[in-house]
Amino acid sequence: MHTKTLTELKAGLANGDFSSRELTEHFLARIKQFDGELNSFVTVTEQQALAQADAADQAIAAGQTGLLTGLPIAHKDIFCTEGVRTSCGSKMLDSFIAPYTATVVNKMASEGAVMLGKTNMDEFAMGSSNETSYYGPVKNPWDLERVPGGSSGGAAACLGARLAPAATGTDTGGSIRQPAALNNITGLKPTYGRVSRWGMIAFASSLDQAGPMGQSAEDCALMLQAMAGHDHRDSTSLNQKVDDYLGALKEDISGLTIGIPEEFFPDTLDGAIADNSRAAIRELEKLGAKVVSVSLPSIKLSVPAYYVIAPAEASSNLSRFDGVRFGHRCDDPKDLEDLYKRSRSEGFGDEVKRRILVGTYALSAGYYDAYYRRAQQVRRLIRDDFARAFEKVDVLMGPTAPETAFKLGAKKDDPVSMYMADVFTIGVNLAGLPALSMPTGFINGLPTGTQVIGNYFREGQILNVAHKYQQVTDWHRQLPTFGGEQ
Amino acid sequence: MSWEVVIGLEIHVQLNTTSKLFSGSKLSTGAEPNTQASLVDLGMPGTLPVVNKEAVRKAALFGLAINADICRHSVFERKNYFYPDLPKGYQTTQLDKPIVGAGVVEVQLESGEKKVVRIHHAHLEEDAGKSLHEDFHGMTGIDLNRAGTPLIEVVTEPDMSNAEEAVAFAKKLHAIVTSIGICDGDMSQGNMRFDVNVSIRKPGEPLGTRTETKNLNSFRFMERAIKLEVERQIDVLEDGGEIVQETRLYNGDTHTARSMRSKEDANDYRYFPCPDLLPVEITDADLDALKAAMPELPDARKARFIADYQLSEYDADLLSGDLATAAFFEGATKAGGDAKLAANWVMGELAAKLNAEEKAIGESPVSAEQLGQLIARLKDGTISSKIAKQVFEACWAGEGDPDVVIEAKGLKQMSDSGELEKIVDDIIANNAPQVEDYRNSDDDKRKKKIGFFVGQAMKATQGKANPQQLNQLLKQKLDQ
Repeated sequence: MHTKTLTELKAGLANGDFSSRELTEHFLARIKQFDGELNSFVTVTEQQALAQADAADQAIAAGQTGLLTGLPIAHKDIFCTEGVRTSCGSKMLDSFIAPYTATVVNKMASEGAVMLGKTNMDEFAMGSSNETSYYGPVKNPWDLERVPGGSSGGAAACLGARLAPAATGTDTGGSIRQPAALNNITGLKPTYGRVSRWGMIAFASSLDQAGPMGQSAEDCALMLQAMAGHDHRDSTSLNQKVDDYLGALKEDISGLTIGIPEEFFPDTLDGAIADNSRAAIRELEKLGAKVVSVSLPSIKLSVPAYYVIAPAEASSNLSRFDGVRFGHRCDDPKDLEDLYKRSRSEGFGDEVKRRILVGTYALSAGYYDAYYRRAQQVRRLIRDDFARAFEKVDVLMGPTAPETAFKLGAKKDDPVSMYMADVFTIGVNLAGLPALSMPTGFINGLPTGTQVIGNYFREGQILNVAHKYQQVTDWHRQLPTFGGEQ
Repeated sequence: MSWEVVIGLEIHVQLNTTSKLFSGSKLSTGAEPNTQASLVDLGMPGTLPVVNKEAVRKAALFGLAINADICRHSVFERKNYFYPDLPKGYQTTQLDKPIVGAGVVEVQLESGEKKVVRIHHAHLEEDAGKSLHEDFHGMTGIDLNRAGTPLIEVVTEPDMSNAEEAVAFAKKLHAIVTSIGICDGDMSQGNMRFDVNVSIRKPGEPLGTRTETKNLNSFRFMERAIKLEVERQIDVLEDGGEIVQETRLYNGDTHTARSMRSKEDANDYRYFPCPDLLPVEITDADLDALKAAMPELPDARKARFIADYQLSEYDADLLSGDLATAAFFEGATKAGGDAKLAANWVMGELAAKLNAEEKAIGESPVSAEQLGQLIARLKDGTISSKIAKQVFEACWAGEGDPDVVIEAKGLKQMSDSGELEKIVDDIIANNAPQVEDYRNSDDDKRKKKIGFFVGQAMKATQGKANPQQLNQLLKQKLDQ
């Protein structure tokens, strides 16, 4: 069952080939068998999953099904889930049982999804290797000595190893797309504001966006259909009609114009990475797409701008973790200052502290104009670059990540080299655009991904481009040897 | 050469919206701690603010009331600092683009002079919770019921030059916000809180270093705190010292103030636009709707009181300022049919009684309608003004409407002249020496001496004699 896509499993449930309980038990068993090594889950909610599966089977029997009825899904541990620990990969929230449920989780549950558990992640989503998690690093199922990428590393790894048929992720600077590329899965970051942020623990509020991670573009379309929509509790969620994403997969792509930003193929880029993405683009050309070269001159500033804006927002967003109301609280505080200092020093890991410090500095009196304001100006330039490009093209394509999965620990002491892992993905977050990563081949047995970036609210279109590609290729069907008999 | 005082105010005005600024929690006074605090108010991870449109509307209405520019795209920012009763670690407020821009408030001083105080701006922000230091055995309790309560902070230019002007301005601001219905105006509940910036200088010199005295919650405390601070600054400078820029706390009970923190200890608040909120859009149509719905402002009401009720400027000023007082006066006038009497009673007996019992006019046990009825009985001669006070006391004590009290206690003025004449005759017959004495006196002395007979008659009638009728009768009988 685990080699089937979510879409195929949905059909299997509808056909009565298996029950949701059987399906759920199958994945729970795989988690039990393999996750000791992979470490992709922080919490497995077995009892709840089985109860939801039974309820789903009843709903199927009664003919009352939603989009995701009976389908097991793993949620990133950044989404609040009532009554279930929501750790955000941090010691700070190790004991935090969320008192409410995130909109994304609620919406998927109301469409009948079964929650398998909560997946591991970089602490507070800060990282590109899943090594900053309080719960230890997640391994890459394609090579257990390598990282799965981050921050949605647990989601991507469990999906890559088929310990779950689908997962949710969040993407602030590439946290869905980069791990998707490194684990040979498909992941979509929707337009900023398309999916509600209510109940999703904030890292950088103006960049954070939840999205689907699946085995195929079709799976992502199915999940996004359930996730997307306006939420009155999130002022930045957009009150715009949700498109028919599955319907969009039926559109013809001949005549589609693909823009290739020259900045996504710099001279310094690993030739094999570039070749895989170019090959993917050629497949689409064969399907009738036109290819033109474009330029995004300001995109080279995206990493520095991002590493001002994201830490600045994070430094403020993470102030609420002060040991007063929830989360880690130090033992026997002497006074208020001691309570703050020790609770935060003990509760946060190094990368989180680094970003709080950077962000605090960037917002400080006397530095605000030089850093934060400047970064916002750069952000506008980047957005304008994309807008100009989209006057000429329908989608933009290039490699998702500049390299394949690197060895655990390889970049631990070199944060800047780690930050460069997101060099191709960050610009999209700064502009608020939708983008997905799809599997487009291997280098030395390690997966590579290619990014498809669309204009605002054109999720249907980029999903369709990936879907068309996946109908004529089978990279997305390749499985790692880890995970047993495939 | 004397010192010139420069005063600017920052006033926190609590908006009387149904719910909080960024959450659906009800505004609460007196609820059990933390029972009016939602996930958003608690700053739970993953929660997000949604701006309360009613608060925006009320802030904009205030802007229109002071002829200010309304910012069409005002922006919420985060003011970052750690404090246990600040759940998110930042206060959501406004800085660069406040909803209300520069405006003016005209103030009538006691001297009759008019003073214009310029408003620099007013911005929307959320209140913090409360730290409770008692009953926690060396720990601090946190009550987040107040966290997220909508405030507008009104910031004036340093246009006031003494405590009286500052108080007159503060009262006028109170009159405006209560008149337009955006604030309940209950000072004892902290509905309005004043921060006072004071500096002194010699005339013609640049502005001196200022201090800020925070969180004054009554006009009286504000006046006293300003005077105290001005005296302190004069003492310091005249002793050759320097004023340190600092934040001070005034204790109204002991009439002392102390330094809370100096400029060096000031936080770097690291303001930046709140990424969870979009700019607050206000359209022409919104402004037109607000203008159309603008309640009567204190100045207009004062003019109307002078024109419609022939009140003096002074009386009109006192009665028109506070909306509740104005409404009480108009209610009593309508029911009693006499504006002058209503004005006298509201400013006299009623005000004294409220003051003595520290009650707001809204809490008066005597309603405007009851006072009106009392006035009507005065006017139609049913009771004398002396009896009226007795009736008022009884109404205050909850003994019922004036008519009920008058009936129950038999306080109707004796209007039967035959009955009164008989009493007067008895008094004259029974007090021969006094009558003799009176008759031997000249006109001037008689005026005093008649008081004895009035007193006797009042005693005999238990005060129910119509004073005019009695006087007339006594004179007639004694002078013959």
